Amino acid sequence: MSFEPNLVGFLCTWCSYTGADLAGTARVKYPPNLKVIRVMCSGRVDPSFILAALAKGADGVLVCGCHPGDCHYVEGNYKCQRRLPITRRLVGEMGIDVRRVRLEWVSASEGKRFGEVVNDFTEQVRALGPLRLQEWGFDRDAADAELAHEGGAHA
Amino acid sequence: MPKVDITVDGRPISVEEGSYVLQAAEALGIDIPTLCFFKYVKPYAACRICVVEARDRRGRTRIVTACNYPASEGIEILTRTPRVVAARRLNLEMLMSRCASMPVLNDLAAKLGIEKPRWGTGTDTCILCGLCVRVCDEIVGAQAIGFASRGAARYVTTPFEVDSEACILCGACAALCPTGHIRMEEAGGREVVHSEITLGPNAAIAVPFRQAVPNAPRIDPEFCVHFRTGGCKVCAAVCPKECISHDDADRTEEFGVGTVVLATGYADLDPAPLKQYGYGRLPNVITSMEFERMNNAAGSTGGRILTERGEEPRTIAILHCIGSRDEDHHPYCSRVCCMYALKFAHLVKEKTSAEVYQLYIDMRAFGKGYEEFFHRILGEGVNVIRGKAAEVVRAGEDCEEGTLLVRCEDTLISKFREIPVDMVVLCTALEAHGDAKEVARRFGISVGADGWFIERHPKLGPVSTTTDGVFLAGGCQSPKDIPDAVAQGSGAAAQAMSLMTRGEVEMDGAYAVIDEEICSGCRLCNDLCPYGAIGFVAERKVSSVNPALCKACGTCAAGCPSGAIRALHFADEQIFAEIEGILS
Repeated sequence: MSFEPNLVGFLCTWCSYTGADLAGTARVKYPPNLKVIRVMCSGRVDPSFILAALAKGADGVLVCGCHPGDCHYVEGNYKCQRRLPITRRLVGEMGIDVRRVRLEWVSASEGKRFGEVVNDFTEQVRALGPLRLQEWGFDRDAADAELAHEGGAHA
Repeated sequence: MPKVDITVDGRPISVEEGSYVLQAAEALGIDIPTLCFFKYVKPYAACRICVVEARDRRGRTRIVTACNYPASEGIEILTRTPRVVAARRLNLEMLMSRCASMPVLNDLAAKLGIEKPRWGTGTDTCILCGLCVRVCDEIVGAQAIGFASRGAARYVTTPFEVDSEACILCGACAALCPTGHIRMEEAGGREVVHSEITLGPNAAIAVPFRQAVPNAPRIDPEFCVHFRTGGCKVCAAVCPKECISHDDADRTEEFGVGTVVLATGYADLDPAPLKQYGYGRLPNVITSMEFERMNNAAGSTGGRILTERGEEPRTIAILHCIGSRDEDHHPYCSRVCCMYALKFAHLVKEKTSAEVYQLYIDMRAFGKGYEEFFHRILGEGVNVIRGKAAEVVRAGEDCEEGTLLVRCEDTLISKFREIPVDMVVLCTALEAHGDAKEVARRFGISVGADGWFIERHPKLGPVSTTTDGVFLAGGCQSPKDIPDAVAQGSGAAAQAMSLMTRGEVEMDGAYAVIDEEICSGCRLCNDLCPYGAIGFVAERKVSSVNPALCKACGTCAAGCPSGAIRALHFADEQIFAEIEGILS
């Protein structure tokens, strides 16, 4: 059986989540690998969300926001646009292929495009294969415990 | 000006010194015939029909022209003495001897009791009243025409008898000409210019159309003589209430509102780029909007359906889906065209004896009573051809039935057809305004690929938008017919009203809060917030969120280095739990 990547998507509620909704109402077919988490704005996506998703077993993370200039919150997507490359660099330095983290702009009218993006990202991660953090000595339980130890701040 | 007392036919009147006798007589309701007087230009005394007898205080009388004879203290004016009548008759008979027999002269002759002019009639249709020359000079300010030659050879013409560039085609000379000697003609012999038909009177100042709101005349600066030459202002002089101001200009006014209904409507596709239909190139190829204006009884054709030559067409083809359902233009269906095209057919049948052809892709009679209307039209003998028109060309010389040929494939009989017609109506696509994207950005809403504004939800939120308090109504959201637009507009108004009558806005439970125990007071979040909702509390050295301004985007929560900001409903632990949940 071929590898089915486990993907997490952070979608801004105004453009990309609505776009995904439109993909649904328009009966656009796209792979079921992406599990969507709705956030109010792509600017809400804390780099730790992406790291947490990868740590907890995601093979890739997709962040979708409004097109530049169309942000419902004026400039949240620009903040995301600046945070994402830094997050990707961090991910890369950890030895994880940066192609596992992707930022895309999907507007509310782009249901079809949302399908294409998910399709493309799924295929890309499928080609990269599973992210086997455990094989590299990553202890998820220890990481969880550490996060829990940090307390309310980031967990 | 001091007042002077005069009498006209024995009736006393007090007038301004130096004002003209003709006006005094007019004020008393005494008729003095004239051919060359117009209130708004200087009197000229050219026709000499307005002659009256003036008797000064010493009793001396003489014949004067009333139009330019100034009133002075104590003069007596006599308008009906035998001497006056004889003078008027003589002057008119002399005028008639050089002029052709024309109603304006014949009527006056009958009034003055001239049965047959003593010296016969001439051929000239100009009576040399000079109204045209004076209006062009004094009112319009163009000075495009004047008198040439002298005495018996005098005539009105343009300088050096060439087409004058000074003429602004205002038509004032033609409008004032009492005999029709000066006429306005459409260059190229067109009686009707379809693209210029207006819904109301075709004048520079008019109520644009009967149902206009506000129902008041407005000046069209493009056609108003004043805005081209700086002269005229006759409308302002005529208006008894002094309502007309030529100095008014557009103003930008700012006011605060709580709700906005966007009802910016739609635009019509310009069919000129669809060269195969010949719009703008072939005569009598018109758009549906031009046809609709022509149909308006208050419009410039008076509701008559006419070709460019001013004749009733013998055959009309109505072409559906021009730019709609067309991969090269708009893939969507414009929704209203099928039904108005059927209405056009009905109107043509009602007003003319023309044959009507409908060329359609699919007949989309989707609404209540619409299918029934379609069947009624079929019963009226309208020819419906299932097949989109391929092109419109000029018919050959030998074509007796029409001046244009419509080529199409009749898909129901699988035959190629050429239909000779006199007029082609293009049912052009409804499209979004070119600046829809800019408007959407200004109101924080989205536009689709076609440029239509996007509603909050296609099924559950068809009136509201992603911005609270901004609602959509009508054609700006998608092409729709009148019942649908009215329904959506009512919905938008009701939603806006329900927000307003409540007087207070229900806030979303999602907003950001700062844990002051953790906040280090770095103030990073202060700059992150696009709404300025986060301020710094100097006495406690922490930042604080104003929940009324916060829109819950969460950018601050993502950016807080100490994790002190909690985006309610989207808190870190909630998202981490979601991640955990979907990955387990």
